[in-house]
Amino acid sequence: MVATKDMPLKEYVLKGNAACAGCQDMVALRHAHKALEGNVIQVVPACCTSVVQGLWPKSGLGIPVLNTAFPAAAATASGVRAALAAKGKDDTMVMVWAGDGGTFDIGLQALSGAFERRTDFLYVCYNNQVYSNTGTQRSGGTPLHAKTTTTWLGKKEPEKLLDFIVAMHEPVYQATANTAYPRDLYDKFMKAKEIRGPKFIHIFLPCPQAWNYPVEKGVELGKLAVETGYWIQWERIGTEFTLGRQSKRFQDPEKRKPIEEFLKMQGRFSHLFRPERQDAKIQELEDYIQYRWDLLMKTLA
Amino acid sequence: MKTELMSANYAAARAVMSARVEVVPAYPITPATTVPEQIALLNETGQWPGQFIRVESEHSAMFACIGASSTGARTFTATSSNGLLLMDEGLHWAAAARLPIVLANINRSVSPSWNIHVTHDDSMSKATTGWIQFYVSSVDEFYHTLIQAFKLAEDERVLMPVMINADGFVLSHTLSTYDYLEPEEVDKFLPPYKPPHWVMDPENPVSHGNIVFPEHYMEFRYAMHEGTHNAMKVYEEIEREYKKLFGKYFGGPIDCYKCDDAEVVFTSQGSVAAEAKDAIDELREEGYKVGNARMRMIRPFPVDRIRELGSRVKGFASLDRSVSYGYGGPVASDIRATMYNTKHRPIIKSYIGGLGGRDMTVLDIKEVILDTVKAVENGETGSEETWHDLR
Ligand SMILES: Cc1ncc(C[n+]2csc(CCOP(=O)(O)OP(=O)(O)O)c2C)c(N)n1
Ligand code: SF4
Ligand SMILES: [Mg+2]
Repeated sequence: MVATKDMPLKEYVLKGNAACAGCQDMVALRHAHKALEGNVIQVVPACCTSVVQGLWPKSGLGIPVLNTAFPAAAATASGVRAALAAKGKDDTMVMVWAGDGGTFDIGLQALSGAFERRTDFLYVCYNNQVYSNTGTQRSGGTPLHAKTTTTWLGKKEPEKLLDFIVAMHEPVYQATANTAYPRDLYDKFMKAKEIRGPKFIHIFLPCPQAWNYPVEKGVELGKLAVETGYWIQWERIGTEFTLGRQSKRFQDPEKRKPIEEFLKMQGRFSHLFRPERQDAKIQELEDYIQYRWDLLMKTLA
Repeated sequence: MKTELMSANYAAARAVMSARVEVVPAYPITPATTVPEQIALLNETGQWPGQFIRVESEHSAMFACIGASSTGARTFTATSSNGLLLMDEGLHWAAAARLPIVLANINRSVSPSWNIHVTHDDSMSKATTGWIQFYVSSVDEFYHTLIQAFKLAEDERVLMPVMINADGFVLSHTLSTYDYLEPEEVDKFLPPYKPPHWVMDPENPVSHGNIVFPEHYMEFRYAMHEGTHNAMKVYEEIEREYKKLFGKYFGGPIDCYKCDDAEVVFTSQGSVAAEAKDAIDELREEGYKVGNARMRMIRPFPVDRIRELGSRVKGFASLDRSVSYGYGGPVASDIRATMYNTKHRPIIKSYIGGLGGRDMTVLDIKEVILDTVKAVENGETGSEETWHDLR
């Protein structure tokens, strides 16, 4: 893993941008762009990342950014890639940076099309598990029982298993990442940079605004997600699967922390603990963790 | 220049080659389908060296055009009806991003019911997006207007996308001779596209489309409005140059036939407008002072030309192959609005006809024109709107 001192000093995420205090999206963007070092065209559909750039005529990102419509990130990126190919500029990375809404839901068709066409690009989904930009509505990535402004009493369905949908498109590179482990995230972008074809990185990204936790707890929460087994760090190059070293230990259910520790920190799950404890619902979330581990290890590993 | 026998759709595919288009994302829909089919073949056989993207929807087709044009490539796509409607978000986006994308819309009725024949509702419903809109009447005009469209769209004074409309089946699938140009010939007219405003380039990073607050948003919209407006003047220059280079001229924004001494002029869009010439010839022989004003451009709207015509004629018989439901014929309404701020008050009669591909023959057109001639003679406007041949 890269040593912090070996990451480029240059910053592409600029100071004074419009992100909320404690926004983990900035952590993800910052380390991704340190790895890509500017030779990238970034396509952004409607999401928090279109807002954090700040107001015209300034930009909070020191790279070329093409903002596009909510459903259209992967299609727009296909056009950018084709134009670069027409001009013989094949060495520039084309990268989508989309939220879970723009990926799991409204952008899924375009994503599927672009992957099936074997488009040479990197699709990044930063997953804050909710439509943050429009004020915390549920998405297909919102977990079971989470409160949102369209599921006031808690979501009744678990999240879509997007990684499997993407995997069935046979990307050349696929990985999960987590802003609590920025050096690992950096390494994954370094790898993606070297591989031609459709690539996908799925980033777990706590959002203090939507999840309702103290702004300084983002990294702690990201680590708890891994330590409870809720979020699994892995990587797949072609069909070669590697369980991430942060997650390895937690393949053993005995070693995992109880899911409660992760849930309790977040206002969106407060109804599971107050006015009285909802043991059955907490257990449901706990059980779902093992289900996902099994599915992952059986199908992709 | 060479001549061949082709349908409008195959001629459009040739225009892509002639104009050295770099990127074409497209999705099939009848009757536009043979455009992407032919482009795919030209691409696979090495005759057209561009990038063809077999997108999974028209929404994606337009956004792939947007991505490619934003990265400095000359781009084109083709669609019809429901496909154009699915592009809507992208049509507005392309116009506001000032991207010189050229789109061939093969006019087809909008569903339900399923009907693959011509109605202009698809493109007329896009008249407020900012796209420049042409309607053509022949394969030859389609091919050459497509080539002109790139120059118009890419002109720094315009920088707006252009939609060229051709009637489904009547033009798209009907063989006709037309003259085409080799890319080397077109080079004299159309230089490579160099975005004069902004472009996605890691060497010079800019952000396009981030947030603009109310204090600036209006100015961007005004600039769009100006761009589309400027197309009128710029197109005149383009047509002059094109005529000089290739000897082709299609009549400006309104192609007038026997309008000089006409008392009643017939206006229409698309293939009916070609048919109308025969109607005019017959009516002239019968002693009526009538003319044909073929509306080639409806956005920007040719206000000056309509006012000039309206100052001389006693009546307009205006046929729309489209309806703005709850109000009436869209182009007839624009002609009326255009005349309001002048002192001239010709009778402007609105006719709706030919919907769903129903035939508008020379006889039908004569009937429409004579109805207006009668209104002019009686000095009575009569019904504001007539659905011709309504059963
Ligand atoms: C076609 C369309 N529908 C709805 C919206 C409104 N909208 C903008 S962003 C957004 C949610 C974005 O959620 P996500 O992709 O998860 O990104 P986040 O805001 O969480 O960063 C919605 C619903 C839109 N811009 N376009
Ligand atoms: S709402 Fe969440 S994801 Fe969006 S900018 Fe704020 S902290 Fe970041
Ligand atoms: Mg989100």
